[in-house]
Formats: sequence, C-alpha cells, structure tokens
Amino acid sequence: MAHEHKLAIFRGLLKFKSNTQKIWGVLIFLTIVTAIEVLLGIYKPESLMSQVLGMKGLNWIFIILTLVKAYYITWDFMHMRDETPALRRMVVWTAVFLICYLIFILLQEGGYVFDVYKEGFIKRDF
Amino acid sequence: MSTVATTGTEGKAWGGGSKPLRASYGKMMMWFFIVSDALTFSGFLAAYGFSRFKFIDSWPIADEVFTHVPFFHGNFPMIYVAFMTFILIMSSVTMVLAVDAGHHMQKTKVTWYMFLTIIGGLIFVGSQAWEWGTFIKGDYGAVQTKGGNILQFGEYVQKDGKKVFKRVAVSDFAATSQYKDRVQHERKNGLWFFSEGTLPDYTVAEVAKGLASHNNILVRSQIINSEGEKTVLSRAESLKQIKENGQLVVQGANLHVNEYGSPLFADFFFFITGFHGFHVFSGVIINIIIFFNVILGTYEKRKSYEMVEKVGLYWHFVDLVWVFVFTFFYLV
Repeated sequence: MAHEHKLAIFRGLLKFKSNTQKIWGVLIFLTIVTAIEVLLGIYKPESLMSQVLGMKGLNWIFIILTLVKAYYITWDFMHMRDETPALRRMVVWTAVFLICYLIFILLQEGGYVFDVYKEGFIKRDF
Repeated sequence: MSTVATTGTEGKAWGGGSKPLRASYGKMMMWFFIVSDALTFSGFLAAYGFSRFKFIDSWPIADEVFTHVPFFHGNFPMIYVAFMTFILIMSSVTMVLAVDAGHHMQKTKVTWYMFLTIIGGLIFVGSQAWEWGTFIKGDYGAVQTKGGNILQFGEYVQKDGKKVFKRVAVSDFAATSQYKDRVQHERKNGLWFFSEGTLPDYTVAEVAKGLASHNNILVRSQIINSEGEKTVLSRAESLKQIKENGQLVVQGANLHVNEYGSPLFADFFFFITGFHGFHVFSGVIINIIIFFNVILGTYEKRKSYEMVEKVGLYWHFVDLVWVFVFTFFYLV
C-alpha cells in the first residue's frame, strides 16, 4: 500500500502522470488563485461591492477562494486525498464543525454589541 | 533488539503492530495535533472577527495600513504580503517534494528540498519581522482623542481629474515650539522605580497650531461612510475636534495606541501574526533538526523517511494558517 497517490484533481478533470507533476500543477493553481485575490484586493471592482448576505460580495469571493486554497493544500500537499475516509472525516468534520460553531457565536455576539453601541444604550464618548 | 515485551496478544487487533486507519501512530497524532492547533488559530481569528464586528463602522482599512515594500518608496497595498504568501506556498512545495523524494529513498534530493524549505521559512520570518517594524514605526502619525478615537490628517488633491484625499504626515505641518510641555521622565531623574516610554515628537497644542496655519489640511475620522471610505471632517469641525478632544499625538502602533485606528487592530495584528510567526520559527527549527538527520543518514538506516513526512504535515499546516490570516487580516 505504501505511498500510492491519487493523481487526479478537479474531480478527475485533470490527471497527472506522477506525484511530482501533480505538486507543480497544484502550485500553479494556488498561485493563480492568490494572484486573483491580490488583483481583486487592489482594484476592488465596483460591481462586486454590493451587499450579499450581510457582507460585501467581494469579501465572499475572498472567503470562498481561501477555502479553495485550503482544500488543495490539505488534500494534495498534506496528502489527505490518500488517507482513509475515516481519518479524513475525523480530522476535517471535527474541525469544520467546531470552527463554524465558534465563528457563528462570536460574530453574532459582535454584531449585537455593535447594535447596542449604535442604538444608544451606551454612547461612545468622542 | 526489540524493546517491546511479549504480551501474548500478537496477531490480535490490539496486539500492536497494526495500523488503524492505515496511518502510523506518529502521523495520526500529528493530524490530531493539527486539529487542535487549527482550533486555537480559529479562536484567535474568530475573536478578531468579534472585535471587528463590534466596531464594524470604524475598523481600520488594511489597504491603507500595509502599503510598504522594502527598498521601494510609494504606495503598494498588499504587494508585499502577497509575496510573503507566495514564499510560504513555495516552501510548502519544496517540502512536499522532499516528502516525495523520501518515498523513493533519494537522500540527496531530500537534503536539497529540505534546505530550500528552510530558506523559504527564514525569508518568511524575516519578512514578517520587517512588516512588524514598519507597522510599529508608523506612517503619517495621528492624534488620539479623549475617547480613544483616532484623528488623521490629509488634504484634497486633484489626481487624474478627480478629487482625492491624500494623507499628510503630522511632521509636515505641525508647528514646532521651542518649549515643550515637559521632558521624558527617566529613572535617573526621579524615583528609580518610575519611568515612561518616549514622548511623542509633537504635542497636541503644536499640531493644533500647525493645523490652524495650514488652510488646506483637514481631519479624517475613523467612521466609515457609505462609500466605504473614512469620513473627512469640514475645516471648522477639524479645528474644533483637535482643539477640544485631542489628547495625544500618536506615531506608529503598539499594544496601547495605534495611529491607524482602533488599538484592538494592532493588538490582534501583533498577537495573531506573532503566534503564526512563532509557528513558522519553530517549524524552521524542527526542519533544521530533520535536515541534519537526513544528512547523517538516520532515515536511510531506518529505511523510512516518515519523519520528513510528519514534519512536512506541520509545515503545510503553518502555510494553511497563513492563507487564512492573509484573507482575514489583509483582504477582507
């Protein structure tokens, strides 16, 4: 069993001949994604600045691209793709569940505290 | 040679030697450590999100904070952090190539790739130190009000036919008076157990005087308006705010004050990037240890380069965390 690698990414759309080749392929992909993020961050296109689900559309794009990068780092650089499903789920599901829970609670609470300041229960002294 | 006592359970499921989940003990524990460390970092980033949501209408805009590139003058938001991200991803690649070469028992290749990984890590840590230095030193300076808010300065200029707000440094307009309010208190001048940090270069009175004599300069408050920009006050309001509410001239950032806006921003910046930098640093140290083990042939003797794989997991994790720090500190 030692060191077999699954060599296809993008759900089998792109197949590599060797593990080394796959690593370079993933690097190119991650570099492109980072470049897109930086360009969007510098130019901030007006069309993406509208509010979507309580946040700027652009910020959602950043978060999604980050998750995409995180996926390929974990799956291909850390070889999560080659681990057994049970190990993968133990690690990924646990982390994803707890992190979502934490983020929800803290952001909800932060928004509430903002409202308390804004609606005038407490005034910020200038 | 075996140091394991015979228990009579050999061959049974819990008799040892079998690998549940087809991962070795060390690798599985590295994964579990990574999960717990990921939760620690998420705790920090979520706390950052909490504070940001709490002050969502006055949080500093990262593009205006991190605009420097070493050896170049000018305004380049994000370029240097993008470079740092690329360096870290690149060193992740050399690490995974080292792991791959290890699988094929190619000692020379592993050695070189480990070496490159260490160099990448060092460049990253150095860049972060530089980033910290720039942030601490500050840019334009600002005035902190009694309520702890930050007032920055600038003027409207014509650029490509559009009126844009250009920041002006406090040192460019503040009046210098011969007499200071007071001098820095040092231990040798008074009670030996009292001392204080360096005093600001200018007093609020000097800034107010300078502002009064420069008609073009306006004050910018922290409040973000509907266009996503910080609100610029009128000339009359600018003079009034500095005069009535100004308390301290701030240059740069530390854990108490921050010329870019909320001190919490600086606190989280130092804490999160510091904790991440500490991870990179310890990763470099571990990589160096493994690097020497590779050179000494330890893993040739073991007939397995799994140790490279384990330290590789840690190294990739550090890269993974940076991807998130990059997004939530610099982009969003």
